[in-house]
Amino acid sequence: MSVSSGSSRKSYTALVDTMRPAKPVLRNVLRAFWVGGVVCFIGECVEEFFVHAFHFSEKTAGNPTVAIMILLAVILTGFGVYDKISQYAGAGTAVPVTGFANSIASAALEHKTEGYVVGVGTNMFKIAGPVIVFGVVAAFVVSFVVYAYIRLHG
Amino acid sequence: MQVGKQTWRFPSRPRITGSATVVGAKEGEGPLGSWFDEVERDAYFGENSFEKAERIMFERAQRLAAKKANHSMEDVSHVIAGDLLAQNISASFSARTHSRPHLGVFSACATIMESFALGGLLIDSLNSEKVLVGASSHNSTAERTFRYPTEYGGQKPQTAHCTATAAGAAILEAKGDGPALTEATIGRVIDFGITNPWEMGAAMAPAAVDTLRVHLQATGRSVLDYDLIATGDLGRVGHPLARQMLLEQGIDPGHQFTDCGILLYNENQPEVFSGGSGPGCCTVVTLSYLLKKLKEGKNKRILVIATGALLSPLTVLQGDTIPCIAHAVTFEG
Repeated sequence: MSVSSGSSRKSYTALVDTMRPAKPVLRNVLRAFWVGGVVCFIGECVEEFFVHAFHFSEKTAGNPTVAIMILLAVILTGFGVYDKISQYAGAGTAVPVTGFANSIASAALEHKTEGYVVGVGTNMFKIAGPVIVFGVVAAFVVSFVVYAYIRLHG
Repeated sequence: MQVGKQTWRFPSRPRITGSATVVGAKEGEGPLGSWFDEVERDAYFGENSFEKAERIMFERAQRLAAKKANHSMEDVSHVIAGDLLAQNISASFSARTHSRPHLGVFSACATIMESFALGGLLIDSLNSEKVLVGASSHNSTAERTFRYPTEYGGQKPQTAHCTATAAGAAILEAKGDGPALTEATIGRVIDFGITNPWEMGAAMAPAAVDTLRVHLQATGRSVLDYDLIATGDLGRVGHPLARQMLLEQGIDPGHQFTDCGILLYNENQPEVFSGGSGPGCCTVVTLSYLLKKLKEGKNKRILVIATGALLSPLTVLQGDTIPCIAHAVTFEG
């Protein structure tokens, strides 16, 4: 048996494909839907609270609401709960701003042992970093296109 | 003594005169929990980092193994040990504490059987009196090295493995009571083109199959000559794959064909996925459960084929395929 020749590799990949457990896509989607929905519901409640208790407008209530949601996610991360919820919920907890907060808080916690500057400072954005980089790049490209369109047609 | 292409036979039958296992809480809650010497509930082992925790766990296993063989660490003539972390720090730093002649080895999760093979060689060739072999892994140090921060909420697929928080060590001597080490088959590095690091079981299965086939050829035995054949950490995905490949090659591994990664956890424990992995996994399952069965006479001869994926986080990001290795060792009661 040749160890890693093309044909044996190909037939092995085919065998693995037949024996790999199927991805529970429907289950994952349903879980993400209901947990993500709950996260958003909590966010709505917090926003309503700011609107009614502190007389924020719908628009200005956004920032303190996000801050509260981030705080909640970071606290849950610190207590070691967030990753367990995420294993269940998948995208339901990864997509909202809470997932972003968790990625930063978890990296910061992880690298505390290497010191605050080199450890935490260098590493806390190692998972969130790409989101920021490509978010900014995408925002630039989109706004450039929109701006050019308005100048040419408007 | 070399038999076949890749197998050593140890006619002097080096003995395992003592062995010890220290595991974390999750491993303690598994079906083999009562077989381990120590179960530590604190993932930090009283230290301030997981890396330190791993080496403390490893040191405890080493000291206890020496004690159970009625020796102290000072009596050990050579230590052969390894782990999963960069620069083998758990093995090297625990060796700093005991300060015995030290050989650091690395075969990822197959490290323990590489240690046993070399240890057997040292004893059999009269080049050492007492060899301590061992391996360790810690779930949180492995997560940081190979995956994400421990508290990061990423969803893992069912094909993933759970790196065991476990360390084990054994003392090998030329004479004494205990199971004997009779053969070791050194594996080749094999790569069947799997690139996904969440599919280690599938990546490693061909290596286990190759080593088993070569071992049977060299020794002239059949599967039925063993009371038990255990792979290291192929898990619930890789183990059936290995069985299927063996069947296709005309070897029926039968019902005595099992896997340490599957044995370590209950299927319904949270976040164990397809089973345990890590150098500690095969180590503690072998040194507790499998050796105990030999001592009790329930099994006469067993074969443990430890499997290791020789990837690094860098090669994964660069899209390289995963080379794997499997070392097999025969233990007799």
